[in-house]
Amino acid sequence: MSTFVPLLFAGVALGAIYALIALGFTVVYRASRVINFAQGGLLALGAFVTSWMVLDEHLPFWAAFVCGTLLTGLLGLAFQLWVVRFAIGRPEFTIVMLTLGLASVIGGVLPTLFGNNPRSNGDVWGASSVHVGSYQFFWVQIWTIIAAIVVLLVYGAFTRFTKYGLAMRGTALDPEAATAVGIPLRRVYATTWFIAAVVACIGGVFLGGYPSTVNPTMGNIALLAFPAIILGGLDSPTGAIVGGFSIGVVQEMVQGYQPQHAAWLGNDFYLIAPYLVMILVLLVRPYGLFGSRPAERL
Amino acid sequence: MTEEPVLELRSVRVVYGGVLAVDDISLAVEPGHAVCLLGPNGAGKTTILRAVSGLLGFHGGRVVAGNVRYRGRDVTGAAADRLVRLGICQVLERRHVFADLTVADNLRAGAFARRDRRAVAGSQDMVLDLFPVLRERLRQQAGLLSGGEQQMVAIGRALMGGPELLLLDEPSLGLAPLVVADIAEALREVRTRTGLSVLLVEQSSAMAGAVTERSYLLESGRIRAGGQTADLLADDQVRSVYLGASA
Repeated sequence: MSTFVPLLFAGVALGAIYALIALGFTVVYRASRVINFAQGGLLALGAFVTSWMVLDEHLPFWAAFVCGTLLTGLLGLAFQLWVVRFAIGRPEFTIVMLTLGLASVIGGVLPTLFGNNPRSNGDVWGASSVHVGSYQFFWVQIWTIIAAIVVLLVYGAFTRFTKYGLAMRGTALDPEAATAVGIPLRRVYATTWFIAAVVACIGGVFLGGYPSTVNPTMGNIALLAFPAIILGGLDSPTGAIVGGFSIGVVQEMVQGYQPQHAAWLGNDFYLIAPYLVMILVLLVRPYGLFGSRPAERL
Repeated sequence: MTEEPVLELRSVRVVYGGVLAVDDISLAVEPGHAVCLLGPNGAGKTTILRAVSGLLGFHGGRVVAGNVRYRGRDVTGAAADRLVRLGICQVLERRHVFADLTVADNLRAGAFARRDRRAVAGSQDMVLDLFPVLRERLRQQAGLLSGGEQQMVAIGRALMGGPELLLLDEPSLGLAPLVVADIAEALREVRTRTGLSVLLVEQSSAMAGAVTERSYLLESGRIRAGGQTADLLADDQVRSVYLGASA
């Protein structure tokens, strides 16, 4: 019983990061039916840039965080405007390959710019923690959860109440009708890339918090977020959030309990568990928990 | 006709990736008038609407010859969002409502290109006046409405853009005759209220006759005849081509 609460808490904190990554995937996928494989790369880049501004340029953490987020967002925007845009109208596969290209460029550039050594994310919490009863919670995890919830609420309000949010929903449902009512699709695509990159950076900074670090391979977590997206449904932001938190909790629970209760499954079984959940869900619901079936032909 | 047409096509030729769709299309819509494009499936009616509304690019098509003029200005190949801002709004074939959005959000999306909130509110009042049933459906998902109600949403959404030229692509498709009559009546009402011009694509003679004065007959990508809608619909030879049967 004493391990359950800490595991649940760690799971929610990890799930918050998965939810942010999954949201980034979903935002771009909904608008343009493209899986953005550079999401992990953008996440690592954002974390490095923020860390660099704090540790090397001595900016206050919050200022660096805001600047890093904006810079990453602008990079995502620039990539869409200068590269992806020219592939619109080609098969989606072309754009997917472009995002893989961006991922490997970022993967190559990061060690060159910042070195191969893991570094601190530069946050203000470090290893500080708070004790509640007999439990200990790290501040960085508490803030991870708060930040994710704030981001998800802001995103929800944006899609619901603003003109561009409505345009994004319309474009996701029916790009031709969106064009016909005067929604400029190019701007919608650009907006989605900006949002995806911003969300990636926020996830990256928190992922690099104690006891973890900012390092060139941290972007690989995006692959672990994949079960979260599939679980929730590729085209559903709600699904991304529910899927993200569920997978985070499942992973931490398995990591916490499986070694004692089912040791024969091996040491790293917790890394596979999310995929098993994903496969099970897909067997029952092929479009994920909240995903929409492709519209039927009239 | 001394007045300058709202819309004028001069010898327009449209190609989809090397395949000729329509050729040598010349037609005009005068201010406040309603014109119909009649013709069998595949005649190129929708293509002509797309050439006017800027949606050709979306389907890989292009105007390769001739030009499209709107209120005296050359708008050939202009982007759809710019054309909407200039006052050209299209109701797509098969309605294309945003199925998961509420009726209210569908209408809001129709006003995307407009900034004047009071004018937008005025347009919404007019739409709900024309289609009172939509008032009760505002909070419902558009995809769950009946075919006729969805068509009303589609037309209402286009009207929310504040059009001076309304393009309608087969609004009668798949609807019961009574519903078609209702929609035709609403379209006549819009014309008297706003004075907008209409370019309608139809296969239903009921809709064409009720809404438009003048028609062009299209076949195989070319205009074969033109005249008063009533005369064209009464012509036996036209009926045979248009209905695709030897009547």
